[in-house]
Amino acid sequence: MQGANILLEPGVFPRLLQGLWVTVWIAAVSVGLSIPVGLITGWLMTLKNPIIRFIMRFYLDFIRIMPQLALLFIAFYGIARMSNWNLDATGACVLVFVLWGGAELGDLVRGALQSIPQIQYETAYMLGMSNWQSFVHVILPQAVRRLLPGAVNLSTRIVKTTSLAVLLGVVEVIKVGQQIIDANRFQYPTGTLWVYGVIFVMYFIVCWPLSLVAHALEKRWAND
Amino acid sequence: MSSSMFKQLGKAIAAAGAAVMMITAVAACGPNAATPSEAGSASGDSTTTTTVKARSLDDIKKSGELRVAVFSDKAPFGYVDKDGNYAGYDVVFAERLAKDLGVKPVYTSVDPAARVDVLASNKVDVTLANFTVTKERAEKVDFAKPYMKVSLGIVSPEKAPINDVKELDGKTLIVAKGTTAEPYFEKNYPNVKLLKFDQYADAYNALLDGRGDAMSTDNTEVLAWAKANKGYTVGVTELGDVETIAPAVQKGNKELLDYINSEIEPLGKEKFFHKDFEQTLKPVYGSEVDPDDIVVESGVVEESK
Repeated sequence: MQGANILLEPGVFPRLLQGLWVTVWIAAVSVGLSIPVGLITGWLMTLKNPIIRFIMRFYLDFIRIMPQLALLFIAFYGIARMSNWNLDATGACVLVFVLWGGAELGDLVRGALQSIPQIQYETAYMLGMSNWQSFVHVILPQAVRRLLPGAVNLSTRIVKTTSLAVLLGVVEVIKVGQQIIDANRFQYPTGTLWVYGVIFVMYFIVCWPLSLVAHALEKRWAND
Repeated sequence: MSSSMFKQLGKAIAAAGAAVMMITAVAACGPNAATPSEAGSASGDSTTTTTVKARSLDDIKKSGELRVAVFSDKAPFGYVDKDGNYAGYDVVFAERLAKDLGVKPVYTSVDPAARVDVLASNKVDVTLANFTVTKERAEKVDFAKPYMKVSLGIVSPEKAPINDVKELDGKTLIVAKGTTAEPYFEKNYPNVKLLKFDQYADAYNALLDGRGDAMSTDNTEVLAWAKANKGYTVGVTELGDVETIAPAVQKGNKELLDYINSEIEPLGKEKFFHKDFEQTLKPVYGSEVDPDDIVVESGVVEESK
């Protein structure tokens, strides 16, 4: 229990919160930008054009097969070596997470769109709606509901995967934790578990509301 | 009948073909994925044709910032103190280097494996992260003159101290796997029985439990450990090949390299690194440790006893 006192040291909590802010910022920007990218990608995936299909297929498989860590290293070190575009570590993280989130969300969008029965399109057409109208008023509202559980799951995965940013030198919540542990190594040798415990709770607090919101929406829409 | 069979056969062949194509696609991606990250950890091949040239001295002065890669979790060399500021032996040097250039230091926290890459991809100007000079590394970065040295040390209980490596003959020595101590004793002192552990923590615990007569690893490590654990002493502080620790810049960045070298020399006259030792390392190592076992002034490594 003695190790728990490490948490009472002045500055420990504010610094962990600062680190958490970096984590949340990267995750929020990535998820935010992934949504338009994912919607467009998902729409492109449903097109019949073979060239577009092949490109989207390649994009999705490439991102899926590659470990995020490899993508991060390519974005951070590789691009800097191959061109003059020198991204900073945070920028490289956002780029990779948007590409990844966009691809995964795109696949979810494609699945959701294709799961809407053909008859819905046909009925909308019969009611005299244009393609765009039927998409916005008939297809999309249904697709979004089918999309939601997967999309929330993806968001929490993005939040958790931001911890890889440590390896590019981003000082986010995990790195701050390691710094605190190390700075107090001699004073609190057993502080490690406590600091990581707090980080665990912090991640939980970030991800849990996402699940709650999703759950609430699903419930509400179930009665519609 | 037969036509449907053919259809099925055709489907099976198509499926097999698709599977093969997917596997080759995976295989093709494998090396692709590996190369850049490998270039990450072990570059040196064609990728060393760095298009991102390091910044010139003028660029650094103009920007008002010297970008330095340091450790942020390796006390007392590079760490973040309780107020969230970078501190440590390496950082004190970085502060001075920046101050003499008339700029502010901006720190990037690195892991050991990233120290070469941040230079190669011009993320930082100089690496000051307890960077031991080795031949392999010298092919990828340019090392300036050293400012610190490490060798092996032997820690033993005060009741039965080992003050000379010869006293270990026939006794059990605890080492951690993968450290320089392991091959050094195997090669030079075959009569010493080695008890090996994967983790540092396990090796130290074994010594506490009395499972060996002594333990050996980097002298900086054992000195700090003996200070924190009562009843143990470092009888041998310098053993084996002395390795030096030096600032590193991007390969071919002669301008900055020359500048750092010209900076290190006069710093020796004012005993800068001894002061640095007093400020950052002494609180950890205590006064029993001779600074000359660790500190290098003016880039000159003196052969000691």
